[in-house]
Amino acid sequence: MRALALGLCGLVAALFAVSLTVGPAEIGPGESLRALVMGDAGPLTLVMREIRLPRALLAALVGGGLGLAGAAMQGYLRNPLADPGLIGVSASAALGAVLAIQTGVAAAVWIGLPAMALIGAALGVGLVLMLAGQHGGSLTLILAGIAVSALAGALTALVLNLSPNPFAASEIVFWTMGSLADRSMSHLWLALPLVVAGAAVLLRLGPALDALTLGEDAAASLGVRVERLRLSLVAGTALIVGGTTAVAGAIGFVGLVIPHILRPLVGARPARLLWASALGGAALILAADIAVRVVVPERDLKLGVLTALVGAPVFLHLIWRSRRLEA
Amino acid sequence: MRVMPPGRSGPCRGAIWRVVAAAIAAVVATEALAEGPAGPPARVVSMNLCTDQLAMLLAAPGQLVSVSSLAQDPRGSAMATEAAAYPSNRGLAEEIYLLDPDLVIAGSFSTQATVDMLRRLGVPVAVLDPAYSMADIGDRIEEMGRVLGRAEAAAQLRAEFEAGLAALREEIATRPRAALYYANGYTSGDRTLAGEILLAAGFANIAAEAGLPEGGVMPLEILAMAEPDALVTGRPYPRASRAEEILDHPVLHQMRERRAAGAVSDSEWVCGTPHVLQAVGRMRALRERLE
Repeated sequence: MRALALGLCGLVAALFAVSLTVGPAEIGPGESLRALVMGDAGPLTLVMREIRLPRALLAALVGGGLGLAGAAMQGYLRNPLADPGLIGVSASAALGAVLAIQTGVAAAVWIGLPAMALIGAALGVGLVLMLAGQHGGSLTLILAGIAVSALAGALTALVLNLSPNPFAASEIVFWTMGSLADRSMSHLWLALPLVVAGAAVLLRLGPALDALTLGEDAAASLGVRVERLRLSLVAGTALIVGGTTAVAGAIGFVGLVIPHILRPLVGARPARLLWASALGGAALILAADIAVRVVVPERDLKLGVLTALVGAPVFLHLIWRSRRLEA
Repeated sequence: MRVMPPGRSGPCRGAIWRVVAAAIAAVVATEALAEGPAGPPARVVSMNLCTDQLAMLLAAPGQLVSVSSLAQDPRGSAMATEAAAYPSNRGLAEEIYLLDPDLVIAGSFSTQATVDMLRRLGVPVAVLDPAYSMADIGDRIEEMGRVLGRAEAAAQLRAEFEAGLAALREEIATRPRAALYYANGYTSGDRTLAGEILLAAGFANIAAEAGLPEGGVMPLEILAMAEPDALVTGRPYPRASRAEEILDHPVLHQMRERRAAGAVSDSEWVCGTPHVLQAVGRMRALRERLE
């Protein structure tokens, strides 16, 4: 277990360092890291501290949050197909964020944008859990997720199309695919409190999720209050997905792929999977964000495109496997 | 300018007789137009922000009956106050046809379907290209004068504009470097109207040294590393968009704090009309303050 933790931490640290040295202004890695740490009045320090550092920090924060949220949802639903992006939580959060921007709430109070995204995410996750139910199978869960995703996506497009701002309509892609291009420290400060609070809620659910693997009755006899667990899950997921989506758009599949890869390595224990998935998610988004800058630097490739290219095959594989199990 | 004859392959089959009548009337009208000077058009509708402004500057009293609604919006129009006196149109074939114009003036970026529809209905449409340079502006003024039958007024306006421009230009030993920065990190090259405004005001545009001589998306990092002396940003539209958020990025604020003089490219930068002289004049004053 310690080896896994060290390995994941090392991977995140290495990718974080690489992320800091990748960018359109081609600067040597040594020079750029020196400018970041030492700091002077030159433009290089400005680039490092105000463009690349927030981008790398946000990648780790967003990826870590989404990985953790996915692992927690899968632990609670005991279903490997649950992912905030896939079941419409991210889409609902994006709708909240778009409404905050277009109604002017985001400009009026600084907390307006993440708060509305949080409300959107909470409504989305609440609705899906209600529709799917505690005993709902994969099919109900996915269908409920599709319905919520479609509705939230359509409303987001509607709001942006109705906006008097000529640029708004072209932003549908950002809100559905996600990107970390040109974010700043102010975005980090918007998302950080929510993601940290959400992570604090979800990480404490570990023992209860472990108990839940024995079945609901056994968990209840071990002192787990399932109703309260569900409430914590909804709150924690909404905080994380609301915070990350408000600043980076909806990025799917992180919470699906990472727990899937790491589950065998943690002995299928949900509690361990929580922190492992947080680290794994951070590594995935850092890597994806490096890739969008290295592969096609002249195009603003969206992060969600890359995560979907990795995630959709994993998703298909999971469906295939669960079909065989049900058959 | 192209005054096209109305369509011979129009949708007359099965259409209401009114359309047929209109088409016939238009054929007659265009034939008259083709035959030679038939007098200036009496009811002119403009449906493009830039042709709106040129038409308002040149039209005889009562000659211009409608301008586009964009011309009344001060965000993009340098003549919003003047435009408020005209009924506005939204560039739709139906409403323009009902205004009963004998000439419609469109820009070459106007919706092609609308232009085609108007021509099929027998309305002569003059299509004017936008001005991409200072030199184009004089030509556009002259062209507008020709379609409106106001050649004399156009010649006078052109002479005034060119004299004004010549008075603003001066030889500069070292040009301060300026960056044009718009939503989505877009910048314009030298061969655009905004680029020429910079040049005329005595600035050098950093787009070329950033590897974008024709303009394009300039990453924020490249802009920061280039350290321009002046930063000209687009004015944000109401209701924020993520595309424009980049104009509020801390890097731009810090660049302005450190050395770059800030300026906003507003409605005077949009269209090739004599109003660009005000933009040039303001940028020149900014440059003089930098020295």
